[in-house]
Amino acid sequence: MEQQLNELKEQALAKIQEATNVKELNEVRVAYLGRKGPITDALKGMGKLPAEERPKMGALVNVIRATVTEVLEERMAKLEEDAINEQLEKESIDVTLPGRPARTGNHHPLTRVVEEIEDFFISMGYEVAEGPEVEKDYYNFEALNLPKGHPARDMQDSFYISEDILLRTHTSPVQARTMEAKGGAPIKIICPGKVYRRDSDDATHSHQFTQIEGLVIGDDIRMSDLKGTLSLFAKKMFGDDREIRLRPSFFPFTEPSVEMDISCFKCGGDGCNVCKKTGWIEILGAGMVHPNVLEMAGYDPSVVTGFAFGMGPERIAMLKYGVEDIRHFYTNDVRFVSQFHRTEA
Amino acid sequence: MLVSTEWLKDYVNIDGIPAPELAESITRSGIEVDAIINRSQGMTNVVVGHVLECVQHPDADKLNVCQVDIGAETSQIVCGAPNVSKGQKVIVAKSGAVLPGGFEIKQAKLRGVESNGMICSLQELGIEGRLVPKEYAEGIYVLPEDAVVGSNALKILELDDTVLEFDLTPNRSDALSMLGVAYEVGAILSQEVKLPEIAYEESAEKAEDVLKLRIDAKDENPMYVAKVVKNVKIAESPLWLQNRLMASGIRPHNNVVDITNFILLEYGQPLHAFDYDRLVTGEIVVRLAEEGEKITTLDEAERTLKSHQLVITNGAEPVAIAGVMGGANSEVHDGTTTVVIESAYFTPATVRRTSKEHGLHSDASTRFEKGVDPERVVAAAERAAQLIAELADGEVLAGSVMIDELDKTPVQITISPDYINSRLGMKISLEDMLSILERLKFPTEAINGQLVIDAPTRRQDIRIKEDIIEEIARMYGYDNIPMTLPITESNPGGLTPYQKKRRTVKAFLEGAGLYETLTYSLTSAKEAQTYALETAPVTNLLMPISEERSTLRQSIIPHLLEVATYNVARRNESVGFYEISSVFLDEEEDGLPKETAHVASVITGNWVDHAWQADTKKVDFFVLKGIVEGLMDSLGLVDELTFEQAVLEGMHPGRTANIYHGNKRIGFIGQIHPTEQNKRDLKETYVMEMNLDKILSIETEELLYVPVPRHPSISRDIALVVSSDTSAGALEDVIRRAGGELLTGVKLFDLYEGDNVESGKKSVAFSLKYQDPERTLTDEEVVKAHEKVLAALTSEAGAQLRG
Repeated sequence: MEQQLNELKEQALAKIQEATNVKELNEVRVAYLGRKGPITDALKGMGKLPAEERPKMGALVNVIRATVTEVLEERMAKLEEDAINEQLEKESIDVTLPGRPARTGNHHPLTRVVEEIEDFFISMGYEVAEGPEVEKDYYNFEALNLPKGHPARDMQDSFYISEDILLRTHTSPVQARTMEAKGGAPIKIICPGKVYRRDSDDATHSHQFTQIEGLVIGDDIRMSDLKGTLSLFAKKMFGDDREIRLRPSFFPFTEPSVEMDISCFKCGGDGCNVCKKTGWIEILGAGMVHPNVLEMAGYDPSVVTGFAFGMGPERIAMLKYGVEDIRHFYTNDVRFVSQFHRTEA
Repeated sequence: MLVSTEWLKDYVNIDGIPAPELAESITRSGIEVDAIINRSQGMTNVVVGHVLECVQHPDADKLNVCQVDIGAETSQIVCGAPNVSKGQKVIVAKSGAVLPGGFEIKQAKLRGVESNGMICSLQELGIEGRLVPKEYAEGIYVLPEDAVVGSNALKILELDDTVLEFDLTPNRSDALSMLGVAYEVGAILSQEVKLPEIAYEESAEKAEDVLKLRIDAKDENPMYVAKVVKNVKIAESPLWLQNRLMASGIRPHNNVVDITNFILLEYGQPLHAFDYDRLVTGEIVVRLAEEGEKITTLDEAERTLKSHQLVITNGAEPVAIAGVMGGANSEVHDGTTTVVIESAYFTPATVRRTSKEHGLHSDASTRFEKGVDPERVVAAAERAAQLIAELADGEVLAGSVMIDELDKTPVQITISPDYINSRLGMKISLEDMLSILERLKFPTEAINGQLVIDAPTRRQDIRIKEDIIEEIARMYGYDNIPMTLPITESNPGGLTPYQKKRRTVKAFLEGAGLYETLTYSLTSAKEAQTYALETAPVTNLLMPISEERSTLRQSIIPHLLEVATYNVARRNESVGFYEISSVFLDEEEDGLPKETAHVASVITGNWVDHAWQADTKKVDFFVLKGIVEGLMDSLGLVDELTFEQAVLEGMHPGRTANIYHGNKRIGFIGQIHPTEQNKRDLKETYVMEMNLDKILSIETEELLYVPVPRHPSISRDIALVVSSDTSAGALEDVIRRAGGELLTGVKLFDLYEGDNVESGKKSVAFSLKYQDPERTLTDEEVVKAHEKVLAALTSEAGAQLRG
């Protein structure tokens, strides 16, 4: 009996080693340790043994069962690990294959520039004002100190709809309208929008383009306030180490009028192609609101003053991103538009 | 305005200041110097030569072989110019000379004859052909007799000059004269201005004895001065005069005409010279033209005049269009002996209008249009008399013929230093202000702490206090203005709700895979209403540049289709774009066309393109519909959003829908009609356009959290066979109505038509979700609710249940 049991043990241990996968090993488990297996049979057969042999044999069977179970579990763990390793091997992928692209779009570069400018001025307490693109001659010219027959109207060949209505040539009429609507109250606005001039389209001209202007009206607004505001703007938009300089200029709706240059952001002021070797880049026009403009909108120019500035997002985008032809902005080649995708922050 | 620095030296001391430095100072203080033109253009070894001998080339009809004394030696030069001849003083580029553009002169053999150098035309020295005097336009330039052989020809021709090109703003017409520039430069450099000294001998005869003057239109011509000069010898101008005109961009003609142009440049006062004898009547009458009256101007063009245009006449017929151009009938010519010099003040408006109407923009009209200095009208006439006496041997008759009713009172401006400083945010001292005004030569008195300034008449732009503030600031230096920020009422600033929502729309559409475009508002009359969501009378331009851009658009889609075609033609076959722009409906709104913001989109090609995983999906209706639904959801408007099959022009009749919010039509969506797609070289393409203003004006409910259900939901699937023309939307309606409150979700998950389904029928499957937020539903409750749904589908939609 004892010998039989030991043979059974050896047999079982041999089968365990022979099993090459989890399934076979489970069959071995059922065959030897199952309810109908020989070890269970042996335990069942205890009753037939003489009483004095029972404890010894019982202990032996239990030892054998424990041994077989232990070896089997060990083997099982090994085979399970092998199985997982095999599966992982099979599931391995070429991680250099292209990913599934997340389909996405982005702002048009001009919107990007405009929003960046808007956000800067919003943070300074400005509101965004908008107005019609088809405008009355009055708001586009007359309210801005450009009466009919004014020589400076030569500078702006316009698309007229009728004698008194035209496609606005700048976003300044929004300023005129805002001043009129505010009825003498202080103003801090930024006005982005499309504008139109009677130009033939080429690399540097577009009959439709965009502008963004700003206007601040209040008691005792000074020219130094204009300079401080524009300097902060230049640093925010073009980098902290930008310097600005103002040059006298002329606009009918401001007096004094200036043009603002920034130190070249490419060469830092040493001179390169971007700044045409001057170290400076012209960015915008500005000035103190002309008393006639204030008066026409119902402000008292002896008490209330203001400043205004205006710039072209196209020009800023061209400088900032190195775009050489203004027509790219209106052709909308996806290979162009999709480049303005990533953050610069 | 071209400013010769050599010439400028006659009026103001700029010695020792390099041109670039001068240009920078001028730019920084108010007048932009656009270019610094070095007239020598790198030329070397160009000398005065004397043609000692000139014989025809033995083997070439058109060439001459010249022996030219160039100082140290005599060079043999072969010359092809038709006007070369023995005895001339000429410009010689010696062998080894460099001409503009780096063009080097080398010893050469021309048809077998040796040639050492080149006899030059002015064009070969880099002078524009339009500036070369006519008699030398086709050949070499002949220097005056007294030119010193062997000396530097560039010096004689003042080609060692540097010219500054000014880009003048419209207000600075004072700098349209050398004297005006001298005042500006003088103010910048703190230098005095030297005015020309005018002195000449008058003959005993008086001008008023030979010339009568009458002005019948004093509003347009308040001041007119005429000088008469007799025994004039018309000839070529001296070289210095020709040089200065050419440096300033004006072609020399003859001494008298050149003198008038010289003074136009010097004083900014346009002059006109008449041939006295050709005036015939000895009379000048300034009047408005008769309607339809004709004059042939100096450019040989016959011009018909209008009754508001000012003319100079001889009492009988026009001899000049005032301030614009002279008449051919009274032009100074080689045989002229007596000239009448006109110096006048014509009002800016009259000259501007007339020159515009005739399309004649001359150096004279440009200056009159801006307003000439009233104080220089007489001086310029005197200066002309002096120069004609000097350079054309003329005898100036005594006095002038003059009518002067022009108000020359200077504008007086009173301003306090505090006011100036408060406007600038600066602390400039009174002394500094006075010193600046002195440099500018603005007569100023300080009275009771106020500055009382007489604006000089040459500065027509100085009118109001702010002009003085600008003058002080620009001379003090804008660099010295401190930087401050405005002190205003505190205001949070920010976007309006509309502007915020518009940014949400952009962010959503870009997140959904669309690129933003910007296209033109102007389109052709033909396309203006194509694909318009709603149409109204169109808005046309009065004077379009082209038919393509003549009308304001009422739909964005045509331009988006153009963008799609453009990209597809460049092998970007799969693209998706959107645009937010105004469309223009000519329904009067406060006298202006109504502008409405629309949002539109186009998609074409593959929507999903992941080929190596065999996952490629073409765009279809439902891609774009999904975007519209998502967009409306992001705006809180999806609940009342419906799509209704529609037939719209240019659209696929079976794949187009109107988009409604509640009962308001807000847009449409669909496939472009295949015929239209072909016309535009597009494959399957879908578009949508919606009225953004309408959408963003819909009031939405506040965003409030709904508790996440704690109790499980129970799903039941239904498979149905229905008639092919039963819409999914209709089935869903039936399900939702019958399902009651417990039904919380309906999702279509299968659609099949074809084998195993009776023809004219389709199989549709929905997954339904039942849930009660308060408790777990029992089977019985679900069965009861679900059976209601099934019953409704059978009775209301004629559906057969499958499986």
